[in-house]
Amino acid sequence: MKKRSLIPILYIAFLLLPIYWLVAMSFKTTQEILGGFSLFPQTFTLENYRVIFTDPTWYWGYINSIIYVSLNTVISVAVALPAAYAFSRYRFLGDKQLFFWLLTNRMAPAAVFALPFFQLYSSVGLFDTHLAVALAHCLFNIPLAVWILEGFMGGVPKELDETAYVDGYSFPRFFLTIFLPTIKAGVGVAAFFCFMFSWVELLLAKTLTAVEAKPIAATMTKTASSAGYELGLLAAAGTLTIIPGAIVIYFVRNYIAKGFALGRV
Amino acid sequence: MKTENQRAWFFVLPVLLLVAFNALVPIMTVVNYSVQETFGNNVFFWQGLDWFEQILRSDRFHAALGRQFLFTFLILIIEIPLGIIVALAMPRKGMWVPVCLVTMALPMLIPWNVVGSMWNIFTLPNIGLLGYFMNDVLGVNYDMTQQPISAWITIVVMDVWHWTSLVVLLSYAGLVSIPDAYYQAAKIDGASPWKVFRYIQLPKMKTVLTIAVLLRFMDSFNIYTEPFVLTGGGPGNSTTLLSIDLVKIALGQFDLGPAAAMSLIYFAITLLVSWLFYTLMTKDDAQ
Repeated sequence: MKKRSLIPILYIAFLLLPIYWLVAMSFKTTQEILGGFSLFPQTFTLENYRVIFTDPTWYWGYINSIIYVSLNTVISVAVALPAAYAFSRYRFLGDKQLFFWLLTNRMAPAAVFALPFFQLYSSVGLFDTHLAVALAHCLFNIPLAVWILEGFMGGVPKELDETAYVDGYSFPRFFLTIFLPTIKAGVGVAAFFCFMFSWVELLLAKTLTAVEAKPIAATMTKTASSAGYELGLLAAAGTLTIIPGAIVIYFVRNYIAKGFALGRV
Repeated sequence: MKTENQRAWFFVLPVLLLVAFNALVPIMTVVNYSVQETFGNNVFFWQGLDWFEQILRSDRFHAALGRQFLFTFLILIIEIPLGIIVALAMPRKGMWVPVCLVTMALPMLIPWNVVGSMWNIFTLPNIGLLGYFMNDVLGVNYDMTQQPISAWITIVVMDVWHWTSLVVLLSYAGLVSIPDAYYQAAKIDGASPWKVFRYIQLPKMKTVLTIAVLLRFMDSFNIYTEPFVLTGGGPGNSTTLLSIDLVKIALGQFDLGPAAAMSLIYFAITLLVSWLFYTLMTKDDAQ
């Protein structure tokens, strides 16, 4: 038994090593970083974090990202719920084809869509708004949300629906007061995944924004290229991007295994 | 089982409209570019299928496609078995389970450009932890800005770090769904650990593993941000994967026609391979 637990321990150590290094770098001064190798910060400094929290171009990057990610999560889950219900409960003309077509959009390389997205959202006047990024991320998040929710809903016996109708529930009342609470784990997991994929995506978010809605990731790439070797600052900004994900994952920790299986176990 | 109901389309309509807005208009734009030539000022000339022919014959595209397939192959061959091994060794119950799951999921929640920057900082020779360890402790000459082999090892290890947990979590979900009675029966029959894996655990993991292979294929085949931030496609062109090459042509050289044709070929390949996996998966569902 002891020998067996060595594998997960080694694996987790491998995962944490680069993260440790990022965090350690964020507490170092630029001189120390460029001066040579040190395993622990010798001149422990909070200067890098102070810069981020006092400079609006930095902290607005975080606020912008959180705004469009939340917006995207709400839109994706809200429209995916009825669709997933339809897919899990009914047969209708073209249902299989439609489901596959939805999934193909997850397969599209984001690089393919970068330029046409820029033209599309410019022409409808949404360029450089949070809504533009939120809607663009729907391309891959809605199919995923439908896929996850359909998996969870498929596990709920149809008798639940039928009993409710016999008891005189209308569809909206049944859906909101009985069905939704039953699959709330699935909703949580779907929301988690939408949050995750919208939070980590950069290419489209960067293409669709200039100043007003610029995501933190874009602020970082600009710093990386313009300020030369501000590695400490870059590390601090990177460290801060891990926190929202860590908070969100804490809420779904009990469903995470099943969630990653898209409800299909 | 499911009842026939055409009105279910109303439930699907919002999804259909939103995704179609995001998918159809841009893809039509791409198709439009792919058959025309422009010299600016919005003046276009009909070009037919010339761009497709040019791309399909170009050595540059073949090289990028070759690198892309090599990368995806390495990713699948490392991440899938490693993910299964870690999942098998993980505890099934107790306080360590959520700790394991949450730490393992952590890399997947880091923005992709931060993943690139993080590995850049991690591998810098003489300054980064890995770079220092390789060069100054082991004495291996390791510098991904100079040697293609170092660059390749770095992008593959980075992706293993980033995404193996997806395979672990999927396999783990399959494993915990196996009732204890199965294992007891195997024990009574005196089955070896290999036989338990082959006849009990693997069949139970089949569906989730297909999802894992499918997702890992799609995402590694479309990867852009992480290697772009880490190596920029270099040294030389050695780590220029398909997406990186595509963005170079489209936004760097602004050759919209060839870039659009390449986009469509690229998308078609992804679709074709994914479709093979998908048919495999739904065949399992039907049983």
